Amino acid sequence: MLSSAILLGPQRHVRIVAPAVQALVGDDDDRPLAAVTAGWEERESEDHELREHCGRKLVNLEVWARVERIFERDRELLAAIRERHDTLRRVQELYRLRLQGAMEPARELFRRAGDDVWLAAERHDALTMIQGIDTQHVARVQQIHDEFEQRWRPAERTAVQRERRDLQSKLRDAACLLVAGGHIAVLLHRMRLFDLFGMYGDRPVVAWSAGAMAICDRIVLFHDSPPQGGAATEVMEAGFGLVPDLVALPHAMKRLDATDERAVQLFARRFAPSLCVLLDDGSRIDWNGKRWSAQPETLRFTEDGWVEEVPA
Amino acid sequence: MNVIERIERAVGEGPHAIETLLQTTEFPHVSGRSVTFLFRGQAQEVTLQHWIHGLPGSLPFRRVRHSDAWVLQLDLPPKSRMEYKIGVAMYGRGTLVRDPLNKYTARDPFGANSVVYGEGYSPPEWCLDDPEARKGTIEDRHVDSKVYGDWRPIKVYRPARFRQTRRYPLLVVHDGFDYLGFANLQEVLDNMIHRLEIPPLIAIMTQASDRMREYAADPRQADYLVKDLVPQMEQILPLVREPSARAVMGASFGAVSSLSTAWRHPGFFGKLLLQSGSFVFTEIGDHDRGPLFDPVVKFVNEFRKAPGRPADSVFVSCGVYESLIYYNRSLVPLLQETGMQVRFREANDGHNWENWRDRLREGLSYLFPGPLWLVYE
Repeated sequence: MLSSAILLGPQRHVRIVAPAVQALVGDDDDRPLAAVTAGWEERESEDHELREHCGRKLVNLEVWARVERIFERDRELLAAIRERHDTLRRVQELYRLRLQGAMEPARELFRRAGDDVWLAAERHDALTMIQGIDTQHVARVQQIHDEFEQRWRPAERTAVQRERRDLQSKLRDAACLLVAGGHIAVLLHRMRLFDLFGMYGDRPVVAWSAGAMAICDRIVLFHDSPPQGGAATEVMEAGFGLVPDLVALPHAMKRLDATDERAVQLFARRFAPSLCVLLDDGSRIDWNGKRWSAQPETLRFTEDGWVEEVPA
Repeated sequence: MNVIERIERAVGEGPHAIETLLQTTEFPHVSGRSVTFLFRGQAQEVTLQHWIHGLPGSLPFRRVRHSDAWVLQLDLPPKSRMEYKIGVAMYGRGTLVRDPLNKYTARDPFGANSVVYGEGYSPPEWCLDDPEARKGTIEDRHVDSKVYGDWRPIKVYRPARFRQTRRYPLLVVHDGFDYLGFANLQEVLDNMIHRLEIPPLIAIMTQASDRMREYAADPRQADYLVKDLVPQMEQILPLVREPSARAVMGASFGAVSSLSTAWRHPGFFGKLLLQSGSFVFTEIGDHDRGPLFDPVVKFVNEFRKAPGRPADSVFVSCGVYESLIYYNRSLVPLLQETGMQVRFREANDGHNWENWRDRLREGLSYLFPGPLWLVYE
């Protein structure tokens, strides 16, 4: 668990990384910031706006590029990771099939009017079933990762160790770790390859969008109106679990229909007791090692189906 | 009081009442499945000219009580779009005009038509300029065509945040200049890429010099795309050089040419997007579409006999108000039998650019699903 962390919404239009850093790192601390922008993939190095905004010395850890270099040197590991990728995709598809079957009746039960005990009991059981499917899926994906680690032992491979040593030295002096958004699977898996947080420890972190998702217990994927396929919110896998009881929902107002009270209710109850926090432009929620506190206008879904400010 | 009764009453009360009616009521007036057209002007005959298959091509308005007001009421199913002009005849002379009371128009290479929207239809917001969306670029280029023995103009769409070091999927567009001009193709690509509904891709817009011949299943057009255009683009653009990352698309004769290209070079393009294809065929005897359709019918008949497996996936769309709907519906089971992944979508619309524009989101995201679920920037 981290000693302190700040989770933010998207930074394209409303940039608030700098004040977040300031809240965690004193003005007199001249140690550099370390940044992970691996979620931007091949644009990883295009961090000039972030540097300018932060106004402090910033070291990009180049996690994406490091993994590319490892793939060039260690073709066996590359093949193994590709195979794992295919397996994860397959498992996600199978999970989705079962989930869709459970979501439709649950949606209907939550749409039905009434508050009698029988409806409440059916809703409860429908939710339990969905939560069970989610939990089984997370366990299945974890099993795939465990088997991968056991078989291929990435941390012991020369190409990985070389990059890891360099990362360790860069992380050693970092005053704060910044984790940007982007492609959540790329970000998560590439950071995990280096056990980046194992090296960094429980020091302060500022993370936004996919970065915020990555440090939570579970990665929840969501969109209410995709152009293809169903719109059932999915669990991808476990996150790093560095902050407790929170589901990070970047771009929530664009991706979710927050006016659908029943859908919000279902969403919030499915992931309860975790707090479902909407990370939109300007949103900020702080973890101080013991409890969460939010900046005004940072919103959450409630189990009653409302969207309301997270209590300060 | 229904809208016809209100018009008749206003006519009876005089010009001021008509002006008041026009200020308070939008025409054409849509209510449920009913649309009421109103025309005011000196004429001996007023007609509605449209392109909806199944209705008489010219529908007469009724003059209201010897006045200069003319009305016509039609059934218009929900979510329909109907393009039309008004025919005004006087002393044996007729002219076609856009509806002066209708603010909505739809443009095409021949000009513009008035357009009425059925209940539940509105132009999709994803095809309009979104200030949030990063913009791609369009560059004019030429292709040196050995097949045609001339230079062919093209336009190259590069997505926002284009990088030469990355490899992009390719979309080749028949009548591409018209897709840009009349179907908002750039806005659609910019928005869909920005919203992660499709991956960043490169689109090549082609335009024929003799469309009705070159797109009529002409083998030269297939060779031009496969042997001239794509190889030359692969030399200068960072493209994924795999069939699964290549699509060819078109509408009407452009759809015929797309299918013909894929059929003549199976597996070269992994994906097809066919809109309102002119896939006319004959079961017996001759067709009645004129000589320009001869090579099309010959191709479609041959295709129906031996379709092969031209591509891996195909999106087909057609308006139900088009005469081509029968041919498109007939094509779908045949495409499915080839083993291709097939998605077919019908719309309450006609043979026009806005119909093709409105189907782009579903078609493109079907062929090129974007990283929507996984990217949170």
